[in-house]
Amino acid sequence: MARNDFQGSLDLLVLKTLSQTGKLHGYGIVLHIQRASDELLRVEEGSLYPALHRMEQSKWISSEWALTETNRKAKYYKLTAAGRKQLQEAEASFEQLVKGIRAIMQFA
Amino acid sequence: MSLVRRIANLFSRARVEHDIDLELESHIAMRIDDNIASGMSAAEARRDALLRFGNATSTRESVASTEMALSLDSLWFDVRYAVRQLRRSPWFAITAVVTLALAIGANAVVFSVLNAFLLRPLNVPHAESLYALFHQGDAGLSYLDYLDLRDRNRSFESLAAYNVAQAGLDTGKEPSRAWIYETSGNYFDALGILPSIGQFFHSSDEQGLNSAPYIVLAYAYWQSHFQADPKIVGRVVLVNKHPFTILGVAPAGFHGTLLFFNPDFFVPLVNLQEVQGVNNLTARGKTTVFMTIGHLKPGVTQTQAVTDLNSVGLYLEKTYPKEHGKFTFTLGLPNLYGDYIGRPVKAFMTGLMLLAGLTLLAACANLGSLFAARAADRTREVALRLALGSSRKRILRALFTEAVLISLLGGAAGLGGSIVLLHELSAWQPFSRWPIHLTVNPDANVYAAALLLTLVSGFLFGAVPIRQVLRTNPYEIVKSGHAGTGASPRRFNIRDILLVVQIAVCALLVTSSMAAVRGLARSLHSDFGFETENRMMLDTDLSMANYTGDRVPAMQKRIIEAVKGIPGVESVGLADTVPLGDGSIDANVFADTTADLRSSNAAADPYVFKVSSDYFDAAGTPLLSGRAFSAHDDKNAPRVAIVNREFARRLFGSAPQALGRYYKTSDGTRIQIVGLVQDGKYASLTEDPAPAMFLPILQVPSSQTYLVVHSKRDPIQLGPSIRSTLLKLDSGLPVEIQTRYSGLDALLFGPRMATISLIVLGLMGAMLSMIGIFGMAAYSVSKRLRELGIRMALGAQRREVLQAALGRSIKLLSIGSAAGLVLGILAGRVLAYVVDQATARDPLVLAGVVMIMAILGVLATWVPAQRALSVEPISLMREN
Repeated sequence: MARNDFQGSLDLLVLKTLSQTGKLHGYGIVLHIQRASDELLRVEEGSLYPALHRMEQSKWISSEWALTETNRKAKYYKLTAAGRKQLQEAEASFEQLVKGIRAIMQFA
Repeated sequence: MSLVRRIANLFSRARVEHDIDLELESHIAMRIDDNIASGMSAAEARRDALLRFGNATSTRESVASTEMALSLDSLWFDVRYAVRQLRRSPWFAITAVVTLALAIGANAVVFSVLNAFLLRPLNVPHAESLYALFHQGDAGLSYLDYLDLRDRNRSFESLAAYNVAQAGLDTGKEPSRAWIYETSGNYFDALGILPSIGQFFHSSDEQGLNSAPYIVLAYAYWQSHFQADPKIVGRVVLVNKHPFTILGVAPAGFHGTLLFFNPDFFVPLVNLQEVQGVNNLTARGKTTVFMTIGHLKPGVTQTQAVTDLNSVGLYLEKTYPKEHGKFTFTLGLPNLYGDYIGRPVKAFMTGLMLLAGLTLLAACANLGSLFAARAADRTREVALRLALGSSRKRILRALFTEAVLISLLGGAAGLGGSIVLLHELSAWQPFSRWPIHLTVNPDANVYAAALLLTLVSGFLFGAVPIRQVLRTNPYEIVKSGHAGTGASPRRFNIRDILLVVQIAVCALLVTSSMAAVRGLARSLHSDFGFETENRMMLDTDLSMANYTGDRVPAMQKRIIEAVKGIPGVESVGLADTVPLGDGSIDANVFADTTADLRSSNAAADPYVFKVSSDYFDAAGTPLLSGRAFSAHDDKNAPRVAIVNREFARRLFGSAPQALGRYYKTSDGTRIQIVGLVQDGKYASLTEDPAPAMFLPILQVPSSQTYLVVHSKRDPIQLGPSIRSTLLKLDSGLPVEIQTRYSGLDALLFGPRMATISLIVLGLMGAMLSMIGIFGMAAYSVSKRLRELGIRMALGAQRREVLQAALGRSIKLLSIGSAAGLVLGILAGRVLAYVVDQATARDPLVLAGVVMIMAILGVLATWVPAQRALSVEPISLMREN
């Protein structure tokens, strides 16, 4: 269960990252999340890639091979329309979750 | 993920994995690049990147498994799971597989036959544009009419004609009888085929009568009778004692243009006189051509062709009013002799396919209810899996995998069996006398159909328990601790309906097969107008040994005398053709007062038989009044005839008035009626009463010779003595000897095959519904054992227990049987089309069906009933 919950937040992080950066490869996503969270969150490659492929199967993201700035071939992912919708839903439910947790923490 | 990609992934696992590897490698490479940029050494950068990445292999595996979800790997998992499930209940698995194997096998056989009869085109190039000409339901034409049609039509590329006949072939050894095609010179060219060796004859070889003494061998005949001798071309053989040169051999796959009727060789029609001893080529009224066929020109439609042909017909009508009535044409496929055989075969095959399909449906219903029962038994397991987080989709997938696995196993077994059966059928030659080969071996069509049926049926019965699984409420079931009874005891549920449908189908099959058997039995013993008991029939054509003119009657007289001399022979009759024989001849007759002898003025179109004086006696056809023919009714005596009642009724209103009266034939000859015989069957067993006239063969000689021999001795013993007697008269005369009864083989072939197929389907239906009732009864008994135990403990009688346990099954059986019986009665009409006199309204059939269904019921519920009765309340109570 716990892993599932993490998976849900990983999806959210990836979708959000792609919505902010447009097109990005797996390594770029790892770096972005790390930097944007001020090194608080570190995404494990072992979870990231299965998640990317799963999301691609769900048609939330699409992929294509392209060259990086340093001329390496890398697989770039970008958000699809379905992914954008999914992101909105995930964001909404994340807000709910945070609100709920905050309410409980502040209770007393 | 799209289905296409999923399927593509199945076949491209290597590519997918390679893709993943590349992606992960590029990830690590980019990390190394960054590490180096931040000042690490190359080795250090690499070590750090790998360390940070973690276990690359496991990552790759987990990505790959995500990619492969719902693909090969998980499919394999499902298959293994399904196999485990099936191995846990082997009887269920075996029953299911056997049931399906039978149903799919039956469908594959029926479809193969249908495919071979109706779907597979003739083995000639562009068979789709090849049509045969029919007029007023007939294919036959006179040779002169054919020539006019060939030359005047504008729709056919080349119009060819042929006639089917027999001839004696003498290759220097023993003369043998062969089936031949007498064809127009353009036959092979019109069909567009090329010889396997040598060459064909062509139109240019036709230079008038008897100008083309050539033969072309059929490939199979070349192999069987000439040992596939490649130097055969140019060899001279004797056809009916006339020298003919073998020009070539037809290609291997070519068996003539009539389905299943495989000729031995081909000769030019212009040589008809030499081949058959008669020359009808110059008579416009004589039907010599059996069938006219040709490829339509490109762009010409059937309608245009018919219009074109009809305009030629109109010309012929106007030019030769005496010989022609209305001449309107239709086009048909030559395969099954147009509508003659085509229509009933089509109707029957469609009906049979329908029944076979119903059998498969019944099997599916059967398996569906078995599956539903299993699903009900596994409700707890399903609930548990649902509660543990398995998705309903996954559970359904497992169920379907099980169903499809069973259907594939059953389909493979069924197809295997049917291939063996069809192979036997293709090798079988039902008539020794006819060159009939039923090549019904399965082809790609059949395999595709079988696979489709297999998959469809798998999904069909696999789908039955879907609702059950979807409705399962895991919390309720896990909480309450029992799985529910599956079937509610009162309301009819889907399984009951399936069972009723299945039993109805079974009862329909049983009804049809019983009606067919009864019909066939009645056909065999119906009044043919002649006797078959203790009658031998000998069949030859004197022209095969080159008897012509006056030598024919003389030889026929010698044959009769010689056979009469064989001990035990009572009487011997001779005819040019016999009722219900190989072919029927008819002719127009006119009232004596009619002067206008055009066919539109004909008073009747009776069958014509030319017979010897003792024929009626020998054939067992009773003479009602008047006299039989005598040796004095010869060419010098006034023309006389004996007619049947129907003939008398058509021409003179009633039978008694006919005796002594006159009528005319189309050439104006006046004939006096001297005798009256009873009606009979002449061309088919199903025909309505038809007029027939018998003429003394001495007045109208014919070299075609059928000898009907009536003897006290066992006809089988008589055969050899007849043969040796004839051999002494002329060793060069090929003859066929058979009992009069087996002479009806060809006519009874269709009904017999129909009856056999219906019996097989009926038996299968019976088996299926027995399994169905058994499954249902056994299931309901095992579900209600506790309840039955309580009832017994409370003092219920055996009868009451049985009623509680099996009442429902019996009720369903009765409803299904009744429905099937009604359907059977309704289907009787279709059945009567193929099997003469088949009707389900026969009290014996009705009673038989009811009895069979009752017996099935008893057999199927026997074991469950015993189990219900042997319930021991105490032990059952203790168990819980």
